[in-house]
Amino acid sequence: MILIIAAFAFWIAAWWVNQRLVAIDTGLNTKQQRVIDLAVPLIFGITIFVVWELLVRGLNVPTVLLPPPSMIWARIITSTATLWADFQQTFLKAVIAGYVLGCGSGFIVALLIDRSPFLQRGLLPLGNFVSALPIIGVAPIMVMWFGFDWQSKAAVVVIMTFFPMLVNTVQGLAASGNMERDLMNTYASSWWQTMTRLRLPTAAPFIFNALKINSTLALIGAIVAEFFGTPIVGMGFRISTEVGRMNVDMVWAEIAVAALAGSAFYGGVALIERAVTFWHPSIRAQKS
Amino acid sequence: MTSTGKTIPVLTIITIIVAIWYASVVWMNAPFEYDQAERAKVEQPAFSELISKTMAQERPVLPAPHQVAQELWKTTGAMIQKGRPFSKRSLIYHSWITLSATLLGFLIGTALGITLAVGIVHNRAMDKSVMPWVITSQTIPILAIAPMIIVVLNAMGISGLLPKALISTYLSFFPVVVGMVKGLRSPDAAQLDLMHTYSASRSQAFWKLRWPSSMPYLFTSLKIAVAISLVGAIVGELPTGAVAGLGARMLAGSYYGQTIQIWSALLMASALAAILVMIVSLAHTMVLRRMGQAT
Repeated sequence: MILIIAAFAFWIAAWWVNQRLVAIDTGLNTKQQRVIDLAVPLIFGITIFVVWELLVRGLNVPTVLLPPPSMIWARIITSTATLWADFQQTFLKAVIAGYVLGCGSGFIVALLIDRSPFLQRGLLPLGNFVSALPIIGVAPIMVMWFGFDWQSKAAVVVIMTFFPMLVNTVQGLAASGNMERDLMNTYASSWWQTMTRLRLPTAAPFIFNALKINSTLALIGAIVAEFFGTPIVGMGFRISTEVGRMNVDMVWAEIAVAALAGSAFYGGVALIERAVTFWHPSIRAQKS
Repeated sequence: MTSTGKTIPVLTIITIIVAIWYASVVWMNAPFEYDQAERAKVEQPAFSELISKTMAQERPVLPAPHQVAQELWKTTGAMIQKGRPFSKRSLIYHSWITLSATLLGFLIGTALGITLAVGIVHNRAMDKSVMPWVITSQTIPILAIAPMIIVVLNAMGISGLLPKALISTYLSFFPVVVGMVKGLRSPDAAQLDLMHTYSASRSQAFWKLRWPSSMPYLFTSLKIAVAISLVGAIVGELPTGAVAGLGARMLAGSYYGQTIQIWSALLMASALAAILVMIVSLAHTMVLRRMGQAT
């Protein structure tokens, strides 16, 4: 009972602190502002974990249903070897290979059909349509075709990441204005020169958008594909078997690794985006 | 790019895809036929014979489009003709199971998303603290842990529609939050100042200015949300030996090597997704027309 009250007390206290922090008028002191911007979500996150821990203990929730964060952490510490092996199998092999192949082929196909407006008009509506489809359903078929190992998972990832990349690149290549293109024309620049100097840079925000969408899609695709058959290693495999054995803390450890890997992947792409498209208004606005 | 004459290019591409499909059917199913001929100790089939044979296998590596179409008709149209549209062997029944979970999850997700967005727009503390975590929440591959959520909720005595719907909810609330926050903030300062000079209260400013101007953003998000709700419901059916639903059909198909069944479930799911997105777009144009914003 005390733990539950403590949970609520902590929650209210944290909320109050956040309210006060937001109310501080920092004026032009950007450094102070940045610290507050970082602290507020951090406090909120810590609150979630503390309340989770206290409520699970206070309400005596069986650990089979929802283990407290401390228990998950303990499990992560003790089974790093297994987690690393799973991470290697799912992320380093299937996700990376599929991501590179899927994004690469989507990009190349977009460049190829760029020369034919006819194909463009045909492919764009179809690409948009395909992105609404439950592509994850091809997972059983891919497992059947490419076997149980990581190749079949990479194939699922390729299919999932191909269309977002295709559609976004085609849109991005169309984003440069007629004026700029005419200018390139008056410079007598070749198709290739126009591409590298003008159209690919203007397409970069769109391409990075697709890369970011794909970074989360790739991880999901690889893990779900493992439910349909896999060698005895891999994050999806571990999740489905440990659920069966009611080792829920192991499952949550695996989820934590997946979330961390997904965030790091997304964050990495976002960082590269900031470096490459530094001129874009949405990034310049953040820097000021 | 002009919008005129989209049909012909699209049809061309579809024709190309179907042609490639048929070609791959022959290419991928041929080894099995050669193998069969060798085992039966008969002569290798001639090419013309091979083509017709590869398209009539019972468990092909890649079923031909017409085989999938036949299976689809057998499990939908033919079932209706027999007067048993909701029998357990009918794909309509399985689609309905999946669709109901999708819609429930979509509704809860939309409601949750709009509520969060309203809170974020009106409360600075919530804006700063909740928004980063809403984004973080999406880096957790929820589809991957869907099986566990189902098992855990089952253990707690919640089974049936709700667990699947909750996965759809989790997936669909995110685009709604992001879209609605953008939409509710879309009125510019001059419009908000005008509301201020009318001495409009906060709720009046909300209902008369912010809410209407957020509609285009809402519907764009809803289109994404409804599509991923369906994905969530399908994946939610994969584990725990689900007995009904499109996801269960795919899983059963993969266990027993019934490729035609997998493909027909996949096509059915695609059709469902297309219809759902179309309904949302239709609602979008209707609402915009009533607001006098039709394009």
